[in-house]
Amino acid sequence: MSGPLLEVADLVKHFPQGHGLFRPGRTVHAVNGVSLTVAPKETLALVGESGSGKTTAGRAVLRLVEPDAGTVRFDGVDVLAADRRAMKALRRRMQIVFQDPYGSLDPRMTVGASVAEGIEIHRLAPKPEIRARVERLLGEVGLEPAAADKYPHQFSGGQRQRIGIARALGVDPAFVVLDEPVSALDVSVQAQVLNLLLDLQRDRGLSYLFIAHDLAVVRQVAHRIAVMYYGRIVEQGGRDEVLERPRHPYTRALLSAVPEPDPAAQRVRIVLPGDPPSPTSPPPGCPFASRCFHPARDGRCAAERPELRPVGPSLVACHHAESTWETPR
Amino acid sequence: MTPLLTVDNLRVTFPRAAGPSTPVDGVSFAIDRGERVALVGESGSGKSLTCLALLRLIPNPGVIAPGSSIRLDGTEVLSLEGEALRAIRGGRIGLVFQDPMTSLNPVLTVGYQVREAVTAHRNMSRAEARDRTIALLDEVGIPDPAERADAYPHQLSGGLRQRVMIAIALAGEPDLLVADEPTTALDVTIQAQILELLDRIRARRNMAVLLITHDLGVVAGRTDRVMVMYAGQIIETAPTARLFAAPAHPYTQALLQSMPRLTGPVGRLVSIGGSVPDPTAWPTGCRFHPRCDRRITPCAGEVPPWRAAGPGQEARCWLIEGVAP
Repeated sequence: MSGPLLEVADLVKHFPQGHGLFRPGRTVHAVNGVSLTVAPKETLALVGESGSGKTTAGRAVLRLVEPDAGTVRFDGVDVLAADRRAMKALRRRMQIVFQDPYGSLDPRMTVGASVAEGIEIHRLAPKPEIRARVERLLGEVGLEPAAADKYPHQFSGGQRQRIGIARALGVDPAFVVLDEPVSALDVSVQAQVLNLLLDLQRDRGLSYLFIAHDLAVVRQVAHRIAVMYYGRIVEQGGRDEVLERPRHPYTRALLSAVPEPDPAAQRVRIVLPGDPPSPTSPPPGCPFASRCFHPARDGRCAAERPELRPVGPSLVACHHAESTWETPR
Repeated sequence: MTPLLTVDNLRVTFPRAAGPSTPVDGVSFAIDRGERVALVGESGSGKSLTCLALLRLIPNPGVIAPGSSIRLDGTEVLSLEGEALRAIRGGRIGLVFQDPMTSLNPVLTVGYQVREAVTAHRNMSRAEARDRTIALLDEVGIPDPAERADAYPHQLSGGLRQRVMIAIALAGEPDLLVADEPTTALDVTIQAQILELLDRIRARRNMAVLLITHDLGVVAGRTDRVMVMYAGQIIETAPTARLFAAPAHPYTQALLQSMPRLTGPVGRLVSIGGSVPDPTAWPTGCRFHPRCDRRITPCAGEVPPWRAAGPGQEARCWLIEGVAP
């Protein structure tokens, strides 16, 4: 095993918005210079709230949205420079599972046809063998072979998410972007699907980019965690390091906001005031400064944007990361 | 002292060609003045229909079955009509829905919508109504309320929109605020803001709150009592601390174990096999028995009675030996 499977550097995606005839357009800065790596068989969790840019980043890596700048290398191949043919070959190895198991399956296609689609496009099996391969995939995600002849509406949310996973695995990928794969599911079903994802990673040696907002979910599956705020990674490090010694004030706030099923847990609840800044008018300094509770925050935070830099074993984008740890937990 | 709200044998039925389905099937509970109660269940458990039934807002063609009773301060809500019913809806019982984007009217300013609720239950002058609207927006923590009153819903963030919904629910000075998944559509840091706000307002107004949620994490530390719903029925009720410390029903136990946490073991989670049953075909006996790994002889055939499981705690399960209440 040598080096990362996926290497993303300085990824940028801006969306123009509100171009009017007489009105200059504004730009939504969705992803603003994101760098990350995913090693073989590793899960990197990309964590953030809505508007943080985590979903756009995940899609830009697969070129489902075309990035404006940056580089994406997959197994040594320059993804952003790939032509149609090269891209088709890459898509076989890089797949995605979407959040909404209701919207991501074609309601007019049988489950079998949905799962077979990728196998047919990439000609991975001769026609007569496709059915057997689909049934094997359905079995692998915990569904009956007869599911192949049914339609998506005949399944519950959790079962549909299993179908979405089978569809992604059909082409035998090495890397899967999981975009909030369990957030639409009930708690008891959520556990089933998370366990399935862990089993599949172990059995198939998959790498995951796990996009999520829930740190308690992320804790169960991730090896490393990258926390996004306002289009940037503000903290990145090993799972336990980030969860047990969070160094960015936003990570601390996010952790304290996780609703834990334990009334006895003695925790200082950090309730952040206000909302993130408008995505069309980035502040000059730290984007978190307007909501920050760090006792050492100062004029520098409002004036100068902190870069991601090594603090202990993690990477943190905060001028005062060294002293974050001393704020009450 | 009689409770503020008493629900007795509430049943909601939907007619179907193959015979009626009963998504809410014999729900009974009471809420005291100022009490914070949670109704917890997964999708399809009937928790949201229970909350809609309190305000007689069951969508067509559903009906509240005869024999059901909902009493507010001794008055039977199910026999009210017209003006008397309107005094309850949005008056004595306020309602906050999950999604503020679809509950607010997109073409009216938020100030207009709050003012509409203010004047729905009280006669007052325009100036008074305006002052009251701004005071409510201020109470729910909207910055620059006089200015924001002129904003349209799409100009506000999700958190601010949910605050507007709460202001509307408070306009009728309710004794009971029913909040149906009030933070599910919001980010976790905004969720924390809204839950704290609800609790502050409740304490100040001595209002009772019925919090309906699928998330046991939201309930911990923020409610006095929890009722757990499964397949159209309440299957366990307990003081909140007791429920988390010693859940009695196997479903409650499994639900708590399946939750991912920030502490404790990492990796594979305990999961409940199968999925929530369909209201058109509830299982016989205990409705959880097909998914329960501790089921015993009577579970499949006989409906379990309520049994005391601890101080203030009761559950419907054949496994419970029964503790003197």
